[in-house]
Amino acid sequence: MKDKKIILVGVAIFVVVVTFPFWYNLGRSAPAPEVVLTPKAQAAEVCVMPTEFMKADHMKLLDVWRHDVVRNGNRIFVNPDGKAFEMSLSNTCLDCHSNTTEFCDRCHDYASVRPYCWDCHIENPKGE
Amino acid sequence: MNKNYMVSLIAVIVLFLIAYVGAAQGTGLQMVFGIIFPYLAILLFIVGFVRKVMGWARSPVPFQITTTCGQQKSMPWIKQAKIDNPSCTGGVVARMALEIFCLRSLFRNTRMKLKSGPHLTYQLEIFLWVAALAFHYAFFAVVVRHLRFFTEPIPCFVTLIENLDSFMRAEVIYDAIQVGVPGIYMSGLILLAAVTYLFLRRIFLPQVRYISQAADYFPLFLIMGIALSGIFMRYFSKVDVVSIKELIMGLVTFQPTIPEGISALFFAHLFLVCVLLMYFPNSKLMHFGGIFLSPTRNMAGNTREVRHVNPWNYPVKVHTYEEYEDDFRDKMIEAGLPVTKMPEEQA
Ligand code: HEC
Ligand code: HEC
Ligand code: HEC
Repeated sequence: MKDKKIILVGVAIFVVVVTFPFWYNLGRSAPAPEVVLTPKAQAAEVCVMPTEFMKADHMKLLDVWRHDVVRNGNRIFVNPDGKAFEMSLSNTCLDCHSNTTEFCDRCHDYASVRPYCWDCHIENPKGE
Repeated sequence: MNKNYMVSLIAVIVLFLIAYVGAAQGTGLQMVFGIIFPYLAILLFIVGFVRKVMGWARSPVPFQITTTCGQQKSMPWIKQAKIDNPSCTGGVVARMALEIFCLRSLFRNTRMKLKSGPHLTYQLEIFLWVAALAFHYAFFAVVVRHLRFFTEPIPCFVTLIENLDSFMRAEVIYDAIQVGVPGIYMSGLILLAAVTYLFLRRIFLPQVRYISQAADYFPLFLIMGIALSGIFMRYFSKVDVVSIKELIMGLVTFQPTIPEGISALFFAHLFLVCVLLMYFPNSKLMHFGGIFLSPTRNMAGNTREVRHVNPWNYPVKVHTYEEYEDDFRDKMIEAGLPVTKMPEEQA
């Protein structure tokens, strides 16, 4: 029957579409990106908060920092270990992580996030 | 309380807890929920789906089904409903496209009401259509967006959908909650709202409640659970997205790994998706494939124009009237019966 042929074509399209991720990535391997720490960060050894927290929650921290600075006028953040930091995107985070392309961007490209922060904030304050 | 939805709700909660508690036990069970179930689910989904559709393809279609909603093609001065009752392939394609992309049949949803005395009225009841449309498109956007975890490099249509989906910015900061960075995706919220409406509708409209079964509630709760756990991970509890992508990329490149530090909530989310995929081919959700094969929508209503012969009809031996008259002409004339053809010699 001629309908059966059309249905077969439809089923074939379905299978091709559903298996898209398998054939799209064929022959490639996509390990998690390696983030590079600058000498300054290596010397510091620890981030503002524990690494586990930073990996998943750094955008939350940045949002809270921004809120504290811009709304509450409070510029000093004290972490649970009692260490004080200036709450600043470009002056604090990018002081240790001045290699944004090898640090922030690697992860962000992998996870398809494009923070809009750099519309206003300087991405490379040290001019490296 | 109604046992149909309580059973489904409890089933979904139990499934969630199995994966949530299981994945917290360590790498062994994380392999089960993060590697074995996903592969099993995609396999069962594809095989089950194809089998179901090919089963339908094998079903006999002995005649043209003409359940239509408009005037069939007839005399030239009678106006034909070209899309509701198409007589050619173009019209059928238009009707199917409207059905698939606009869910047109749901738009016809009406509600009967007795108004001022014994007058039965039919009202357009548009909310089912609105919610269904919102639900399906939001679901589609969510699926496409999730391809960012399944592809490397990420194709441009995925980033396009992401940008469209997150164009609305909203930020909420209180001591306890922080939402807004990362940006809010509308599709997830619309999906949850629509699926909630579709559920409440089944509970609060008596006629719909009467015809609702556990098989109707279960997928709704399942999708609600998936949406809730996803929203919770993105905006509230936060998970290690990079490790999760590493896990998923391991699956799609056939080099499965279980990276460190993925929260149990993610495994529960993934497990509910696996359950949805495995459940799909054996459920009412197969309307995804079925809509393409709905006989009342995908056949031309041309029964008056074209003779549709049942394809497996046995070739019946017929004896026409002319042959009959040839056999009995003499006797018919003798008896004084009218004949259509006079014998030669009498003419
Ligand atoms: C004092 C220097 C310093 C500052 C300031 C700093 N970091 Fe870090 N950061 C580090 C170090 C060192 C590590 C690596 C920790 C480790 O390997 O356990 C790190 C790790 C991270 C990680 C995890 C990377 C990974 O996958 O291992 C993220 C994300 C991060 N930082 C973001 C930030 C952000 C956002 C800020 C600003 C709020 C910031 N850092 C400020 C030193 C710093
Ligand atoms: C429209 C421009 C604009 C955008 C976009 C923007 N900011 Fe800001 N941000 C500002 C301004 C202006 C200040 C105030 C600077 C000050 O008072 O020192 C500020 C301050 C901050 C501060 C504290 C002060 C400092 O030195 O950093 C943080 C942290 C911050 N922003 C984070 C972010 C993050 C994270 C994003 C992206 C999610 C972002 N901002 C996007 C304009 C912007
Ligand atoms: C370990 C990988 C990793 C590193 C390193 C990292 N990020 Fe991120 N970042 C992410 C992920 C993943 C997301 C998105 C989370 C999501 O989509 O739910 C994100 C999101 C963000 C967002 C919110 C983006 C949005 O959607 O608006 C900001 C802002 C941000 N990161 C800032 C930074 C800065 C600044 C650095 C460098 C100092 C940095 N990140 C380093 C992984 C990383």
